[in-house]
Formats: sequence, structure tokens, C-alpha cells
Amino acid sequence: MSKIHVTTTVNGDTVEFLADPRETLLDCLRDRLGLTGSKEGCGTGDCGACSVMLDGRLVSSCLVLGVEAEGKTVDTIEGMASGDDLHPLQRKFIEHAALQCGFCTPGILVAAKALLDQNPDPSESEVRYWLAGNLCRCTGYDKIVNAVMDAAAEMRGAA
Amino acid sequence: MAKDEFNTGFKLVGTRPNRPDGLDKVTGRARYGADMTMPGMLWGAVVRSPHAHARIKKIDASKALALDGVKAVVTRADFPTGLTGEDWNLQENSMAGDVALYDGHAVAAVAATSALLAQDAAALIEVEYEVLPHVIDVDDAIKPDAPAIRPGSADHSVPEGFPANVVRYIDYGHGDLEAGFAAADLVMEKTYLTEATHQGYIEPQACVGQLGADGKGEMWVCTQGHWFIRQMCSAILGLEVAQLRITASEIGGGFGGKTMVFMEPLSLALSKKAGGRPVKLVMNRAEVLRATGPTASASMDVKIGMTRDGRMTAGKAVFRMQGGAFPGAPVDSALDCAFANYDMPAVYHEGFDVLANRPKAAAYRAPGSPMAAFAVESLVDEMCRELGLDPIDTRLKNAAREGTKASYGPTYNKIGLVETLEAVKSHPNYAEPLGPNQGRGVASGFWFNYNGDTAVSMAIAEDGTAQVSVGTPDIGGSRASLAMMVGETLGVPYEHVRVNVVETGALGINEPTHGSRATFATGKAAVVATEQAIAEMCRRAAAEWDIDPDAVEWIDGSAQPAGPNAGKFPPMKIGEIAGKMSTTGGPIAGHYEGFPDGVGVSFGTHVVDVEVDPETGHTKILRYLVAQDAGRAIHPAYVEGQFQGGAVQGIGWALNEEYVYGEDGRLQNATFLDYRVPVASDLPKIDTVIVEVPNPGHPYGVRGVGETGIAPPLPAIANAVAAATGQRLRHLPMTPVKVLEAIQAGQDG
Amino acid sequence: MHYHTPATFEDAVKIAADCGGVTRFLAGGTDVLVQMRAGAVIPNDLIDLKHVPGVRDITRTPEGGWRIGIAVSGAELGAHDALCRDWPGVVEGMELVGSTQVQGRATLVGNLCNGSPAADSVPGLVAAGATVTVTGVNGSREVPVAEIPAGPGRTVLQPGEVISAISLPARGVNGGDAYQRFIPRTEMDIAVVGCAVNLRLDGDTISEARVALGAVAPTVITVQAAADAIIGTTLDDVALDALADAARAAANPISDKRGTAEFRTHVSGVLAQRVARLAYTRAKGAEK
Repeated sequence: MSKIHVTTTVNGDTVEFLADPRETLLDCLRDRLGLTGSKEGCGTGDCGACSVMLDGRLVSSCLVLGVEAEGKTVDTIEGMASGDDLHPLQRKFIEHAALQCGFCTPGILVAAKALLDQNPDPSESEVRYWLAGNLCRCTGYDKIVNAVMDAAAEMRGAA
Repeated sequence: MAKDEFNTGFKLVGTRPNRPDGLDKVTGRARYGADMTMPGMLWGAVVRSPHAHARIKKIDASKALALDGVKAVVTRADFPTGLTGEDWNLQENSMAGDVALYDGHAVAAVAATSALLAQDAAALIEVEYEVLPHVIDVDDAIKPDAPAIRPGSADHSVPEGFPANVVRYIDYGHGDLEAGFAAADLVMEKTYLTEATHQGYIEPQACVGQLGADGKGEMWVCTQGHWFIRQMCSAILGLEVAQLRITASEIGGGFGGKTMVFMEPLSLALSKKAGGRPVKLVMNRAEVLRATGPTASASMDVKIGMTRDGRMTAGKAVFRMQGGAFPGAPVDSALDCAFANYDMPAVYHEGFDVLANRPKAAAYRAPGSPMAAFAVESLVDEMCRELGLDPIDTRLKNAAREGTKASYGPTYNKIGLVETLEAVKSHPNYAEPLGPNQGRGVASGFWFNYNGDTAVSMAIAEDGTAQVSVGTPDIGGSRASLAMMVGETLGVPYEHVRVNVVETGALGINEPTHGSRATFATGKAAVVATEQAIAEMCRRAAAEWDIDPDAVEWIDGSAQPAGPNAGKFPPMKIGEIAGKMSTTGGPIAGHYEGFPDGVGVSFGTHVVDVEVDPETGHTKILRYLVAQDAGRAIHPAYVEGQFQGGAVQGIGWALNEEYVYGEDGRLQNATFLDYRVPVASDLPKIDTVIVEVPNPGHPYGVRGVGETGIAPPLPAIANAVAAATGQRLRHLPMTPVKVLEAIQAGQDG
Repeated sequence: MHYHTPATFEDAVKIAADCGGVTRFLAGGTDVLVQMRAGAVIPNDLIDLKHVPGVRDITRTPEGGWRIGIAVSGAELGAHDALCRDWPGVVEGMELVGSTQVQGRATLVGNLCNGSPAADSVPGLVAAGATVTVTGVNGSREVPVAEIPAGPGRTVLQPGEVISAISLPARGVNGGDAYQRFIPRTEMDIAVVGCAVNLRLDGDTISEARVALGAVAPTVITVQAAADAIIGTTLDDVALDALADAARAAANPISDKRGTAEFRTHVSGVLAQRVARLAYTRAKGAEK
């Protein structure tokens, strides 16, 4: 049951950790690297709270093993803002009151950014289907969808 | 919509500033229950019963303890004995004694040096069970031959000779029921059923607990109320209450489900046995669904009398609810809510709190009200259809108003039910044309709201900014609304007020953020505390000016001479007074300890349009409208958020959410895959109207807004499905299977 | 648990053959990790196939069909325009598996090997006549996808065998396929019933058809009677009624937490009609 040495890039930084092969990437981010912004809500890929980008692809980090991250690029909520400059999605989530408890928020922001990176002008329905795997129990999704649509408009320069 | 009788010249109240915790929450910095680690920390895991009802014959932990790195195993034998009442219930629920009472009931726990090791060790703990007969359904559990689940649980309210699993009995009413029914042109009586649902907070329970041999301990925990955690843990473990120090983490949703303990006492017991090292326990989703509080399931008979022109003459409600293997199904509040919307001459209520082999029910957003609303508001709709009456006009005709004697006893002060009905009636959604297979449903709902033990301390800092220490964890933006009320009272910018949810050592006892009380009760307490600080600042200014303190007014963040002294001295700003407080008498602060009176109840009315696929029974929500009386919306965006969130939880309850048990009494859907909460693509926009009938019992007119919104969706959607299909469903959830069966039965009949 | 990253399928099957305990192959991991997390299956050896060259590739075969690597994710499948044009039903079945996040990892072969009768991607593959390459220590063989499932949670693969590629035939002219499922929500559920139809037209008349149903039997089933009901027709109402009847007659579902047998049987017919109409429209070239 020996641990495996993993070298990977997280939010632009080269990092190393030792992982038990049973540990998920989410476990490693949280418990090995101290990046607790990604959350575990289900452990089965049904809630989206652990969403991260793996080599540019949106994934549930609870469904990736830590050892699979060897040599890959991982982007998490902690890397979304540039210094003090929040990503427009982060700003719009605050402005639109698109979070209540905030537990699902990191995963939703990562997922929403992945959408806008590939589709800068989504319809409301496209936003809702893209985010169907991100459960929020507080807001009823209304203000989340508004915030994503508004952030998209601003990023297109249409706001 | 505002009907203010109060000062409306507010600078902050009613605006929509950014929440103070927003930056932390959009950057991943906010620290929730599972985000904490402590030096020397161990990880725990819990062994749970796979049986619905089983005698625990033997627990052998020797293989687990033999693993290198396993530091402690606890079972019920490690807990004190002789507890009674709710302390006994909570101890039993935290860790089974001789008998495991439900699938998922904790029977042992282990602490080890890593999470994986703890899980491996838990799997090695051998438990020998003798499986006992079990009962799941409330109507089965109340039968005389049902297995007796927990003898000794019934309280004095239960008459002799009642079935063994009835642990509480309620009956009350007023008026002449028979005369009421006799005066009606139509009397209908129907039975309605709802299934257990879970709060479904996305953050699983998590804590880090530490307890030394000296009886001193501390805990980091996601909870709605850390004083409750402290009291319950102390009682369960036999500790002195004040020796425990509990810090509330940021909380990832609760909805009532995080107002009691589950595995928190286990972390302390493990820590003590492991030499005082902190122990972290984090539930997985299956544990959350199997072993934390769902709400009750209900079986309800309702009978109403109505005249031809829609006047309700009498109502009778008989509710049976199971809240798991412990007393506490919210049958009392359900009955109180049943006819609360209506001014009726005669009502009668009867209730049965019943045990079943399920997890101990916890509070869930307006406990009992959604079930009651489903039964009563469905029957009102059935009767309106039968008599050809408009559902809104009929509700207006019978609506409770100021001065109405409520069905549950008191006489209403100022209330806003009529205003919510008028708001939806004039809303454009109510005039939208409907197509084939579409239907519209209307229903109203009620919640009492609550005050509770409240302690708040506020203090002025050296630069004139303000800190407010509160004991109600911020679950939906209360730090924003509290800062707004304090800033408004103090006359300083919102950004100059920092509200802190402080640990149990910092304040007197506080009840949790429950009962829609945080903005009402903590808010009222914070305003009182702020007024004390203002009075002190006026005294400091008066002393400097050498005038009577009564001759100083507080205006826009400054002390100003008033009356005969008006204009004699320039206003003294808060920053100036604060800057020299060390030389003028020391710290400036205010505090409140008490039980804030003046609670204002909240009514809401919802309108929903649905489309039902006649070939599959699938129900789609087309439009949804919430109108609810907020009293006054301090931060309207978060008030809307409460309305929307409550409505969507209600939509889930109505359509898809339920606890599904197998014949073996095991929960079959303990995942978010099969416990189907609404996802974003299931829903349309949730339109809101904030009705404001200010509560005279609060300085800013606040009523609680958190809970009422979950009640109307259940009947509103049932009424809409009936309108769309011609079929009445009286058993929630209205899954496609049930709707299709009803449609096919209608076609056959 | 030991974690392996072989560079060839031959090495992968050798590792699997050599270790005596529980082994699992890892591609997308969206089922394996869930089983590990639940403690249902904790393999002694986990063999990650993503280091084998070519497993992320989608290539056109000389015959005009497609060869899809075993680690191609749903998201990658959906982003491949030419494949989507040829086999929209296959792709839409895969794209219904899980969330956007799951799509970033989940694979056709994983969905197949999980052995669920409700697997969303399998009916489309079966209707399309897809095959898989099964590699073992003694070499490789081609097997129709329809023959892989053996029952709930089981496949015909022997210990030490692995699927090394999946192949779709050439689309050919005037063809169309489609897949739909019924779920209680709009996303994120397991199919209560799934149905795929693949057909070819001669003018307005259906000349070839295959109909596959999911979640109504221990495995995904091919319903020849349903295909026969529409072959030689223009998918008129009589044909559609016969199609629904045949689908319902073939359905042999159980009642469980996700639906009753009666419901599944009824909806089999509903979906067969809806999906056949969509496939027909696609074959006419009216819609992707």
C-alpha cells in the first residue's frame, strides 16, 4: 500500500505530493495541498461541488484519482481570480446574490467558466443544462443563471 | 407594494449591497466544516447498522485496533448511562445501544492517523446482529400488531390502550364543528399522503472535536446553532457545559437539518479515548441520507365544509406522522399550520406522533407546514372545482386578517395574506394563456416565525467602525442584513460594520439560526445593543460639552446638541468620540440578552403553471410565482433568494424527492443520483413579489422569510397537475409513474 | 491497491492475468471510482489504460466507419463533428451519461463494461451495429457490442480480457439514428427506459432498421419485431402503432425504485415511436 509520488501543475504552480492510489484528486487537493476550495458534496459525481479543470476539461475531481494527475494541469477555484482582480463570474455572483451558503459556489464558478470559455453567448437553457450537474439547494438556481448570463454579456462587451 | 407605516427614509434598509462574506465564498477561501485541520489531528469513521431493526449481540473491534495507526474505538459502552427525555433520544441516535433502530444507525466509531486507515479499520469492526421485525410506513407503524420500536418513549399525552408506537397524541380545536359542517353546502373529506424528504444541504456534516481527560474540550463544526451542539454534546457525554468551546464554521446549507447533533459527540468521545488528540469526522453523502434528519412522512385526513358561495364553515384535520425511531415528528406544528390561512368558525385537530424504523427526523424548513398545506390546500382546490369557484377569490373570502382568531389559538396582529393573494391575482403570470396539457395551480402557506434565546454584543472600535458579535450562524446572508440594520441605526456606512459569528465562549446562550429568526431576533437584539452604544456616545459628548445627556441627539452618525443647546456645538462624529474613548470612560459597547418579543407571522401565495406529458406522466414546471409577506425586506435580493430556494425545495418534494425503502427496511436511494433534488435544467425562472406589511414588533418591520416558501409548492403543483390532467393526486411525490397511472385510470374510468 | 500504467494493451492484459486478486481497468473512472468510494469494489490492482498510445483517438477506417479509442470521453465524442454527422444517435446516447463534468471523463467502453441494462450509450451502439475489439493474452477478436453485456453488472469478458477499441460501421447513404431515454428529471438520472433506432431509407420507405431498448430487460435488447414493424413502411401511424406494440411486447422489465414494470413497458412504446420519428427525420436529412 505504498504511496506514489505525483508531480503536477495546479493553478500554474508545479506541485508534488504523495498519494495513496485510492485517494481521489479531490482528496489530494484538499488534504495534501491545502486547496480546500473544491468541496465534496457527494463523492459520486452527482453534485459538482468538486469541479476542477483537468488538462482544460471540466471534471469532477472526486472521480479522478490523485495519481492520475501526474504530469497534468489542474485548475481550481483558487486560481480563478488574477490577484485582486476577480473573474467577471466571481464578481457577478456577488453582485447578483447568486450564493447563499456558498458551498456549491466554487464548483459552479469553475463549471460556468468552462462554459463561457467555449461558448461566450449561451442561452439561458444552455446555461441550465450545462450546470445540471452542479446542485445548489439554497437559491433555486435563478440568481445563479442570471449571474452567468450577465457575466457572459459583460465578457462579450455587451453589458 | 410597500405599506409602510414606518419611517421609509432609509439609507441602507431595502438596498442590495454585496454580502460581506462574498469574496471569501467566490474565491474558495471560506472555511466550512470539513476544511479545518488541527495539529495532531486524527480521522474518524463510523460503523453503521445495515439493518432496519436489530439487536446488537456483540461488537469485536480487535482486528481494527490491531492495525498500526488506529488510536481509538468507541461504542455505546463508552457513554454515560441513565439519561432521560430528549437527552436520551439524542444519545441513542448518536450511537445505538442494545438495539440498532434504523438502517444507518451508528454502532461504533474509530479514529486513526488517516482517513483511509479509519475507513479500513471501520470495515474490520465485526458486529453480530439479531435481526428484529421492522416497520417503515406510518400507517403500518400505528397498527396494533406493529413491532414496538422503543418502549418507554411515549409521553403523558398518549391515552392508555393506544398502539405501542404512538408516542405523542394531540387534540384541540374551537367552535362547533358539527354545526359548521351542517351549515355547509358541500362537505368533502379526503386522505393525503406525503413521503419523507431530506433537507439535502450540499455540505455533509463535518466536525473536528477535541476533548481532554480534564473534561475541557473544543469543536469546529458546521451547524446552525453551536450552543445547541454544546448543550447536546455535554448532556450526551456527561460534561460540564461551559467547559466545551464550540466554533461554528461557515455552513453549507442546513434548512433545519443542522440544528441537532449526529456524529459530533462521537468525535469528542474518540478524542478523549485517543488521549485528547483532535478527531475529524466527515460524513459521506450516503451517511447524510441514511443517518441525518429527513423530515417526517405523513398520512392526513382532512374534512372541510364550504357554502355554495365559497365560505368555509368548518375544518377537521387528523394527521399521523412518523419521525423515525424517536419522538419528534412535527405533527404539532403541522396541525397548527393546517387552517392558519383561514378565518373559520370551527376547527378541530387531532395528531399522532408515531415511531418507525427510520432515522430521527430533524427540522426541515417550516417543519410540518408543507404536509399540512398539501392536504388542506389540495382539498380547498378540489372543493373550488366542485363548486365552480375561483381559487384566489375563495381564499380571499376566507383569508385570515388582522384580528382574526387563528385556528391554532392566538389572534393575528397585522398580517399580509390578503396582500399576497391580491399580488398574484394582478401579476402577469396569472393572465398567461395555457395550452393543451397545461394547468395552473394556486396555494397559500403559513409559518409562525420564531424568536428564541438571543445574545448579541456590539462594540465601537477606535476609528468609529463597529463590530457586532452574534450567535446565529450565517446561512443565507444574515451578516449582510445585520450589518445593514446596525449601520442604519448607527448612521454609518454598511462597510463600517463587521458582523462576526462568534464562538460559544463569547456570548450567552443563543438558539440556532432556525425558525426564520436570525434577521428578526438577532436583528432586533443588534439594534437594541446599538442603541445602547449610541446612548453611551451621547453621554460622552454631553460630558465634553458639559450639557445634560438628554439634550443630545444621535443623527447621521454624530452626536448633536438638541433642544435649547441646538447649534451651540458642532456635531461630534462617531470617529471622534471613538478615538478618545480611552480617556472619556473606556470601551463603548452595547449588548442584548433575552427573548425578543414581537414575532410576526408570514404568509405566502404561489401560482404555478405546469405541462404534463400525457404519454409519460412527466411534469414540467413552465412558470412559477412566489408572493410572500416579508414584513420589510432588509436586503431584498436575499429575501428573493429565500423565496426562490424554498419554492424549489417544495417543487422537489412535490415531484421527485422521497425516501425509498426496500422490503428489508433498507434505504434504497442514499445517493444524489436517486434522491432526486431539482437540477437547474428542471426549472424556469422563479418569479417573486416581495409583499411588505411591516411587523410592528420589529424596529425595521422584519418578519422571518426563510420558511413559509416551502409550503405552497406541494399543493400548488398538485392543483396544477389536476388542472392539466383532470386527475387529482393525493400522494406525493407526483412521480411520472404515479401521474401516468392516474391518467390511465382516468381514461379507463 | 496497486496502480499500474501499462503502455500497451498486451502489457495490460498480462498484468491482469498475473495478479490473482480483484482487478479493474481504468479509463474514465466514473464508475470504478464510485464503486471504490462506496467500498463495493476495492481492487487489488487498478490498471490505468490511458497511457496506451492512441486511446484518445477517433479515426476513420478504410471502410468509411469509425474506430474510437477506449479513453475518448463523452465530451471529446460530442466535439467530433464528422462523427456526430454520421452517428448522432450514438453520440447523443453517450452525451446523456451523467453531468457535464462526468462527460469530461466517461467513455463508451466504460459505460458498456459497467454492465448496466440502463447504460445510455449502449442501445445506440447496438442499433448501429458497433463492434469492440477484445484483447486477451492469446490475442484479439471482434465482438458485436450487443453480445458484451451478460446481465446487470456483468459482461462476457473473461478475467484478463480487455476491450481495446470500439468500431462503428460506415454510415452509408440515407441513414439516420437516434436515442432517447425517459428520466424523471431533465438531467442526471439513470434511464428508466432507453430506446435507440437506426434505420435506412429507400426514398420515403424504410429499407433497414434496428431497434434497441435499454432498462427493460437484464441487458440492452435488440427488438427484431419492432424493426420488422417499420421496415417497408413510411413510418405511418399504422407502422408506429405496430412499432409501439412490438416494443412493449419485447420489454420484460422489473419494478424497482426508478419505475414500475408497467410504466417501463408503456414508455417503451412511447419512446420507440418518438425515437423512430427522429431517426426517420435524420435519415431524410432534415435534421442532424
